Amino acid sequence: MPLPDAKIPSGPLEKKWDKHRFDLKLVNPANKRKYHVIVVGSGLAGASASATLAELGYRVTCLCFQDSPRRAHSIAAQGGINASKNYQNDGDSVYRLFYDTLKGGDFRAREANVYRLAQVSGAIIDQCVAQGVPFAREYGGYLANRSFGGAQVSRTFYARGQTGQQLLLGAYQALSRQISSGGVRMLVRSEMQDLVVEDGRAVGIVTRDLVSGKLASLSADAVVLASGGYSSVFYLSTNAVGCNVTAIHRAYRRGAYLANPCYTQIHPTCIPVNGDLQSKLTLMSESLRNDGRIWVPKAKGDRRAPADIPDAERDYYLERKYPSYGNLAPRDISSRSAKEACDDGRGVGEHGRGVYLDFSEAIRRLGRATIAERYGNLFEMYERITGEDPYQVPMRIYPAAHYTMGGLWVDYNLMSNVPGLFVIGEANFSDHGANRLGASALMQGLADGYFILPYTIGDYLAQKKKASPAPEAPVFRDVERESSERLGRLLEAKGRTPSDVFHRQLGKLLWDKCGMARNARGLKEALAEIPRLRERFWKEVSVPGTGESYNRALEKAGRVADYLEFAELLCQDALHRDESCGGHFREEHQTEDGEAKRNDEAFSYVAAWEYKGVGAPAALHREPLVFENVKPGQRSYK
Amino acid sequence: MNLKLVVWRQAGPQDKGRAVTYEARDISEHMSFLEMLDVVNEGLLSKGEEPIAFDSDCREGICGMCSLVINGVAHGPERGTATCQLHMRKFKDGDTITIEPWKARAFPVVRDLTVDRSAFDRIVQAGGFVSVNTGNAPDANAVPVPKTVADLAMDAAQCIGCGACVAQCKNASAMLFVAAKVSHLALLPQGQPEKQRRVLDMVARMDSEGFGNCTNQYECEAVCPKSISSSFIARMNREYLAASAARQPERREEGGY
Repeated sequence: MPLPDAKIPSGPLEKKWDKHRFDLKLVNPANKRKYHVIVVGSGLAGASASATLAELGYRVTCLCFQDSPRRAHSIAAQGGINASKNYQNDGDSVYRLFYDTLKGGDFRAREANVYRLAQVSGAIIDQCVAQGVPFAREYGGYLANRSFGGAQVSRTFYARGQTGQQLLLGAYQALSRQISSGGVRMLVRSEMQDLVVEDGRAVGIVTRDLVSGKLASLSADAVVLASGGYSSVFYLSTNAVGCNVTAIHRAYRRGAYLANPCYTQIHPTCIPVNGDLQSKLTLMSESLRNDGRIWVPKAKGDRRAPADIPDAERDYYLERKYPSYGNLAPRDISSRSAKEACDDGRGVGEHGRGVYLDFSEAIRRLGRATIAERYGNLFEMYERITGEDPYQVPMRIYPAAHYTMGGLWVDYNLMSNVPGLFVIGEANFSDHGANRLGASALMQGLADGYFILPYTIGDYLAQKKKASPAPEAPVFRDVERESSERLGRLLEAKGRTPSDVFHRQLGKLLWDKCGMARNARGLKEALAEIPRLRERFWKEVSVPGTGESYNRALEKAGRVADYLEFAELLCQDALHRDESCGGHFREEHQTEDGEAKRNDEAFSYVAAWEYKGVGAPAALHREPLVFENVKPGQRSYK
Repeated sequence: MNLKLVVWRQAGPQDKGRAVTYEARDISEHMSFLEMLDVVNEGLLSKGEEPIAFDSDCREGICGMCSLVINGVAHGPERGTATCQLHMRKFKDGDTITIEPWKARAFPVVRDLTVDRSAFDRIVQAGGFVSVNTGNAPDANAVPVPKTVADLAMDAAQCIGCGACVAQCKNASAMLFVAAKVSHLALLPQGQPEKQRRVLDMVARMDSEGFGNCTNQYECEAVCPKSISSSFIARMNREYLAASAARQPERREEGGY
């Protein structure tokens, strides 16, 4: 099937969304309750969409695998949320936020989508404040802002180092209000097993109740995936241990195209790995780079304590290489610079895979109390994990897998190529190009859920002619049986190897061959190795117990099985994209000073992949990127 | 280090359950408590046995999903720390550690160390929100909020909803959890229009879910991973008194489909 039209409205950039909203078909208020929408996931995108759709009058079923919708991983976002309010009077505007985001993404996103994101950013802050989100304020009572990477204006709104938590609780509370009024049916500890497609349209899903183990079919007029990203394909990442690719991978297997999977974000400031059995990596917010200075010793193998290394023998490499952005260079650039310094033998810490993030100068300048107010909870978290006090010694940090810009392909309406299947938040590919700027994930999740999907989904529903089949229909029974058989195969393997062991092996392989830097040889090696690992998994995995019970090992094995298929697509995309851009750094393509070298003539397109079977190469569909307003240039943060 | 673990195993809500002893060997002091349990579980899986079921997700102390009573203390020995952020350097080689689930009538055991905390969600559904539809909001800076008020609201709002306060309280009281949400919203101007109805409805729901009352032992504050102050309970009591005196609660519309 060819890639459908992306439905980008014609006309001037600043008028596109207004024009499009007028062109969208509406559903009469009295008819909205006739439509049932399933939302998979309860993070910022899923909770905000569920609440807003129910406010409009649609019947909504929302599900999450956690025990409460309040636990979704959006809650862990620390630093903040961008909006072009220009409250600081420092020259911000919708156009500047649009431009910074497009440039930060290395000109690999759609102009129209990014502009719309910037346009609705202000309304998000208004909505959150009205919900009671306790954003940081100045003494006059007005909202405070901080700076973030890739921008020279202060446009980031924050609630201490817990912005994601407060925004998610705002959306969760709006969702709770709709649950109590009956607009939303909430299914907790439930996991989507598969998408149900009839005559090319999404008509529902099959879910598994994780406590009873029972499979159930849910029929709907539209399905919305808000299931997050796939960073934990690397095993070690900043994502929660339950984060998984299952929902989007299952949709991909049912015909939805997966776009740009190789655009993965490695976050520069995480606590370094310590030991083989670590289960996750912890982020130290990018906001720390407002006051912390990043450095390594100038000399290789310098093992002195940081306080014993005089200033002249320190290399503040970001300030040296990127004087105008300094420590606030974008994430992809900062991460690669840390890797370079460590590869050069100048890394710090026990394993030499770390760089210093030093607050001593900021503490001298601003006082310990100010630093504690800005970052107190992050400093405490660091001390709990490492046993070191960052007020006394510099933090040690290292990049870690954090966010995935790639995801299911969607058009301007956030609908995938499978009619009736919408994808929002991190699960879609749409707005961040090849690299996401800090504090933009929260913005996108809430933009999609509060202000974009609620309009665009109506256009599909208003034109939908045929009712979806009942959950008893054969099309649901067939998918349910396939899900049941797949779970059965995992239970019947009767091996002796925990699925985490395979997940760790896959993660290490991808981190080495498809991580911060990639090359054709390594990617080909990974593509050869993944099928072997997958084969061993299905023979040797240990899944005790039964399918009809609360079986954590079965849950985990199902997710790892999907990662073992998805990983191949990730590497295939990375191998095909024979250029460097944003988070996708191909060692063959770099400038003399080691910066990513794009190839716009050959690769200025979205790569949307069509499933062709397990182990078979996916088929490529190209959506050319058209730049009507901005001329893509070599990114410079110098 | 090597440790002896005494772990509560319970197949389901109807099962009586029992304590089972396990050995945890070659544990690094840099591991988190849950990573130590991961190691024990991998050992069980390698023998084809079912792993110990416990909840956890973000593993950075913010999602509120982890929930273990460690040596009799909810979230273990370190103050202001959730189980997932507790590290093994707080224990010694040769220690015996008992691990139990949250124990409260309102939090029935699902399996082993996993409990059902949906009662908390139902308390929030009873009124722990501001009724503002998407699109209703005025400009974010239209209503100034004094910094001290916003900061205090944030102190309350950072509750992670883990339920440790209930687990540690001899009355299984949820007062700290409810007080945190009531205070957060009652402090802010945006929460004013519904503040009376909110406190009355949330407290009524808390009572009907089977949580006990507060008898000022402050164990909740001592185990709270966010160190939320018990002074918010006093604030909630004042709000409740004022709301009760001011008016009868209006009935919320009940819906459902």
